[in-house]
Amino acid sequence: MAAALTLNQSTIGKKAIMAVTGIVLYGFVIVHMIGNLKIFEGPEGFNAYSHFLRVVGEPALPAGTILWVIRIVLLLSVILHVTAAIQLTRIDNAGRPIAYKKVKRKQASFASLTLRWGGVTIFFFVIYHLLHFTVGTALPGFIEGDPYHNVITGFSSQVWAAPVYIVAVAALGTHLYHGVWSAMQTLGINTRRTEKLFRGIAVLSGVGLFAGFATVPIVVLLGILK
Amino acid sequence: MKITINVWRQKGAQASGRLVKYQVDHVSPDMSFLEMLDILNQQLISKNEEPVAFDHDCREGICGSCGVMINGLAHGGQLATTTCQLHMRSFKDGDEITVEPWRAKAFPVIKDLVVDRGAFDKIIQSGGYISAGTGSAPDANSTPIAKENADLSFDAAQCIGCGACVAACPNASAMLFTSAKIAHLGLLPQGQPERKSRVLNMVATMDAAGFGGCTNIGECSAACPKEIGLHFIGRLNRDLLSATIAGGSSVD
Ligand code: HEM
Ligand code: SF4
Ligand code: FES
Repeated sequence: MAAALTLNQSTIGKKAIMAVTGIVLYGFVIVHMIGNLKIFEGPEGFNAYSHFLRVVGEPALPAGTILWVIRIVLLLSVILHVTAAIQLTRIDNAGRPIAYKKVKRKQASFASLTLRWGGVTIFFFVIYHLLHFTVGTALPGFIEGDPYHNVITGFSSQVWAAPVYIVAVAALGTHLYHGVWSAMQTLGINTRRTEKLFRGIAVLSGVGLFAGFATVPIVVLLGILK
Repeated sequence: MKITINVWRQKGAQASGRLVKYQVDHVSPDMSFLEMLDILNQQLISKNEEPVAFDHDCREGICGSCGVMINGLAHGGQLATTTCQLHMRSFKDGDEITVEPWRAKAFPVIKDLVVDRGAFDKIIQSGGYISAGTGSAPDANSTPIAKENADLSFDAAQCIGCGACVAACPNASAMLFTSAKIAHLGLLPQGQPERKSRVLNMVATMDAAGFGGCTNIGECSAACPKEIGLHFIGRLNRDLLSATIAGGSSVD
């Protein structure tokens, strides 16, 4: 097991760290998206779910334990993922100090070529998003413990909030359109036999997560949810 | 055909270079791209100018020395074709063509279009030897090999070390080349005893040579004249990660 600590020494090992932490974050966004859609159950259903996250594990564990364990795992994943991304980006850029005067691509997808921009967009979005709906400093009229109210106010009183969210989740969808398949390839799980399956899962994840996340700001903006 | 070409001219490794425009008349559509460069060089020589240096040897797509960037695509971008096998019929009369050397930190330009691909030799050297019995030749078929593995190993062994994968990769990564070398021995029984140390050493040498990392973009495989598949990179990742986690030693 100690040998796993030497992963950081090769580019492939660094990418494996990115892939594993990326999959943890991928699991999180799927659960988060499903949680968001509970907003269609109305204030009681949505707030009850949020409350559940805070009290789950009680009374066996002290209040908030599970929530904080999840938060620490996510934070560690983000730190490792971003650190490896920065290190690899520097290695990759150093690989070609003199650019071509003329260069074309034969088949590269938009998603694969913009992975880093997508990552940076998601990173800054997450900071804003935490200040908006978790801490509340970016939302006038924020009420602790009433996420239903906060989401409705957030998207209806601040008109620019919904477009920001939609752009950010488009970046997330694009990131995963390549990333989910890429992680399987990096970990050596992908083979010729699974190629179509993992490409399919990645495309479905990208499109599905974009649609699922974008739904909430759109319906609030259209006044369907009040 | 009349062709205008913009060629990268650079006197030596330390000199700075630039694109120079030349006009080549009397190009036949049946000529290969290298023959067109030969005509250009004849013109230059008769004008007492320095001919364009480019690498070539077999001119039949098997030695891997002729790679150049043609209009922004490695080997000109035709499916499964090296520069020497690219014909002028794939261009039109009056076309303007830009020709540049491979660009990678690990492939420094020596002169004009010639780069030093010695980093590939270093990767292969660090792979070391395989343990094979010496003495009289073994009986045929005494070591059975599954048909599927033999075929795959053969596919990987087709790599001619041309460097197009590095040239086409946005990160100048050598993963496709290295994966082909790893797979062609790793798929055979003869490659098993040193399998772990081989992958650890070759990847360490690859990283140290200054190639970028792989972001699975796939331009390498699309540019490869031997159509080495991306699945070989998956196999390389699998081998390297299992050797690393098992704590294999890098020297055998
Ligand atoms: C927080 C800011 C983020 C940055 C700066 C970032 C950056 C990157 C970069 C540069 C890559 C390419 C890795 C490579 O070189 O192959 C990547 C891959 C990936 N990212 Fe992110 N990312 C971020 C957030 C996220 C999030 C929130 C998720 C999941 C929801 C995620 C999931 C993935 C996955 C699954 C991969 C594939 C890993 C691989 O190819 O091995 N990333 N990310
Ligand atoms: S993998 Fe293909 S492109 Fe790369 S060196 Fe080998 S033959 Fe050339
Ligand atoms: S000259 Fe040998 S492959 Fe082109």
